[in-house]
Amino acid sequence: MLESVWFILWGVLWAVYFALDGFDLGLGTLVPVLAKSDVDKRIIYNSMGPFWDGNEVWLITAGGVTFAAFPTTYAVMFSGLYSALMIVLFALILRGVSFEFRGKLDSPMWTAIWDGCVVLGSFVPALLLGVAFANIFEGIPIDEAGVFQGNLFTLLNPYGLLGGVLFLCMFTTHGALWLAVKTEGPLHDRAAALARKLWLALAVVAVIFLVATWFATRLYDNYLQNPFVFTIPIVLIPVILVAALFMMRFYMGKGSWWKAWFASGLTIIGATLFGVAGLYPNLLPSSLNPAYSLTIYNSSSSPLTLKIMLGVALTFVPIVIAYQSWVYFMFRDKVTEDHLAYDEAY
Amino acid sequence: MDVLMLSRLQFAAATFFHFLFVPLTLGLSVLVAIMETKWVRTGDEEYKRMAKFWGKLFLINFAIGIVTGITLEFQFGTNWSRYSRYVGDVFGSLLAIEASAAFFLESTFIGVWAFGWDRVSPRLHMVSMWLVAIASNLSAVWILTANAWMQHPVGYVIRNGRAELDDFMAVVTQPFAMQQIIHTVAGAYILAGFFVMGVCAYHLLRKQNVEFFTRSFRIAAAFALIFSLVEVVQGHVHGGEVAKIQPTKLAAMESLWDTTDNAPQYLFLIPDEKNERNLVEIGGIPGALSMLAYHSPSATVKGLKDFPKEDRPPVLPTFIAFRVMVGLGLLFPLLALIGWIKRNRLMENAGYLKAMLFAMPLPYIALQAGWIVAEVGRQPWVVYGMMRTSDAVSPISGSQVMGSFIALVGVYTLLGIAAFYLLARYARKGPQPSSSEATA
Ligand code: HDD
Ligand code: HEM
Ligand code: HEM
Repeated sequence: MLESVWFILWGVLWAVYFALDGFDLGLGTLVPVLAKSDVDKRIIYNSMGPFWDGNEVWLITAGGVTFAAFPTTYAVMFSGLYSALMIVLFALILRGVSFEFRGKLDSPMWTAIWDGCVVLGSFVPALLLGVAFANIFEGIPIDEAGVFQGNLFTLLNPYGLLGGVLFLCMFTTHGALWLAVKTEGPLHDRAAALARKLWLALAVVAVIFLVATWFATRLYDNYLQNPFVFTIPIVLIPVILVAALFMMRFYMGKGSWWKAWFASGLTIIGATLFGVAGLYPNLLPSSLNPAYSLTIYNSSSSPLTLKIMLGVALTFVPIVIAYQSWVYFMFRDKVTEDHLAYDEAY
Repeated sequence: MDVLMLSRLQFAAATFFHFLFVPLTLGLSVLVAIMETKWVRTGDEEYKRMAKFWGKLFLINFAIGIVTGITLEFQFGTNWSRYSRYVGDVFGSLLAIEASAAFFLESTFIGVWAFGWDRVSPRLHMVSMWLVAIASNLSAVWILTANAWMQHPVGYVIRNGRAELDDFMAVVTQPFAMQQIIHTVAGAYILAGFFVMGVCAYHLLRKQNVEFFTRSFRIAAAFALIFSLVEVVQGHVHGGEVAKIQPTKLAAMESLWDTTDNAPQYLFLIPDEKNERNLVEIGGIPGALSMLAYHSPSATVKGLKDFPKEDRPPVLPTFIAFRVMVGLGLLFPLLALIGWIKRNRLMENAGYLKAMLFAMPLPYIALQAGWIVAEVGRQPWVVYGMMRTSDAVSPISGSQVMGSFIALVGVYTLLGIAAFYLLARYARKGPQPSSSEATA
């Protein structure tokens, strides 16, 4: 029971992370497409200014919680996906300093280097996080002892790559919508137009992914075999997912950008939970032999640790959500050229 | 090189690099918060300028501190997966608590502070900085509690083939953690104090913004003086704890080979690790080591030869690092005291100001040396007495680790150069002209 509660929390943490950091990773990827001038770039960076770091902590927390609640999964997952994870980390490192560093010297080359780091540092994690999760849905080659029997290229299989493309579509749509929310004038118009195109791509890729999932993974088996446990998710999660996808398009059409952005976040959460729920009770299915899979039972912490951590999570996560929401509310207005004169602006 | 050696090098490089920036974050956040509080209290715009100037340096340092922490969080899984499996039940929770209780707070409110100057009230703005300072220091509390558990594991039972949590309160209230927290945080405050004093000295030597930097210097000198005194007294107590719980480390710190009653402390000594003896021993003060470690001049101190070879840490680095740290530790209160005494006559003491400019790197060295004592001295254990480092490493291929190690050293070196270059540049540039100067 405790393990199942933690499974849900685990899924929710990853889902929230994707929904939040998703927009700034997506927007970072889109900078070369959307920005026509240095001013545009600075407006884009400042539109994520007060948020991106707080968003990234959800990743650290999702990692930390995996460590605390399912240490064996943490150990096998991150040592197995070693190279992929290292690439993601280096990308995030370069991206993280770029915002602060890029404007600090009056040299076009200096600025160009960090601008490049923002794009690469956003694109690579967006893609590889998708690749990683698709591989987890599919199962990764771990043996009896939890040793990964593959390499970086094992992960870059067609279904894994498709997952990467799906994440890229979700995140870039999410990012374009954020910029539409936060800007006005030509930049806003470009972001809005791009969001509409990206939505279409997202819808197409999502359908392909769902079909491929039928063939490549056992996620649906899980939905079909466990009708009792899955009564609620089976009805709710896909409905939310599809509804959110269409709501997003609907609000885009009406020009309600905030609502479209929320719907996009909901789509990401729905998609993540859809996959995660299909895994239950596995955390890391083995593609070599289902018996080697890491489940919430054979990889969890002791009941005492799970209980203590549940107390911690139920105390702090709501508090964090409260003050982060306050910050989003506080900095809700549009970023314009006037804001760039501000001393601490990027 | 094998996976073990590479993973150790990589972990050491990553933590050292992280810890080049962490201490300034810990200390400068508090100093900036103090300055801003003075502004809110007195309405004196000079303090606002101070908070802004030092705050800008803080932001540059903070950015790189944060990104380098992210690698560390995941390295336990990537490189030390067998460690993570074995002790994750106890150790993982501490990292997860650090993230949810501290990292969220600091990284959210640093955004409010940086972008909120004309958006939130001065009082709320000040509170944001205090939240950042408190959260940074809280994160140190949690990570050091985790580290203290590796130094001295408590509150666990070995069950189901791993260490499982048995008593959470024992883990979070263990005295050794308290020692490490006070010692490391005080060290970080010393560093921040010397950093600020050094930058002030640079400008005062050039007679720029004299009023501004004299005032900043005064705050920093008091801060550094208090904590460097704390450090010496508490460091001594800390050594006593180490003697109790990690006798092998103490023996390595002092390069003591034979178990001795009334053990002397040598002023100068050269260890000869191969032959299990000291090449040179000069200036022995009888009983001083026994006194330092056990508060009694006649106490017996265990020597390294009493432990099997495979349980001894590398002596030379532990010994040298300890000497360096303690030597600097005795110098800092002196320098800070002089500064405090001369705080109103700084301009007349160019020699002292110059010394303070060159003293800037010293606390960095002391802190890194301290970590060498703690971590190298803990070897060959990853968890003292429980798990060996060689049993902790991930079952992965060496080529992967080689690749990431090379990338890490390359990327970090470039980032480090960029960060210190920016820090130096903005430190030299000095504060924005005050509003009265700007309109005049
Ligand atoms: C939470 C735990 C933790 C914390 C706070 C630190 N370390 Fe550590 N350290 C480890 C956990 C650890 C470890 C996982 O236990 C390692 C890896 C392999 C090993 O021997 O211990 C280690 C090794 C290790 C080594 C290599 C020792 C050797 O292999 O001989 C060095 C030099 C440091 N650390 C230095 C540091 C520094 C500068 C830190 C300051 C940030 C630091 N450690 C904090
Ligand atoms: C090996 C152990 C360590 C791990 C796994 C670790 C992990 C992390 C992570 C993930 C971050 C980024 C948080 C963010 O984005 O806000 C971070 C930052 C930070 N860490 Fe560490 N850390 C370690 C050692 C330490 C130590 C020993 C201290 C202090 C004594 C410390 C103090 C800090 C502080 C103050 C920050 C805030 C940002 C900054 O560094 O400037 N860390 N750490
Ligand atoms: C004369 C003064 C000092 C004494 C007697 C002293 C003593 C000690 C001892 C015994 C340890 C080892 C603890 C362990 O193995 O866990 C230690 C560690 C350490 N020291 Fe010092 N120290 C002194 C000054 C300083 C100064 C001035 C700094 C930095 C500015 C510093 C920074 C550190 C750090 C970062 C560690 C590792 C963390 C820890 O174990 O607390 N020390 N010190």
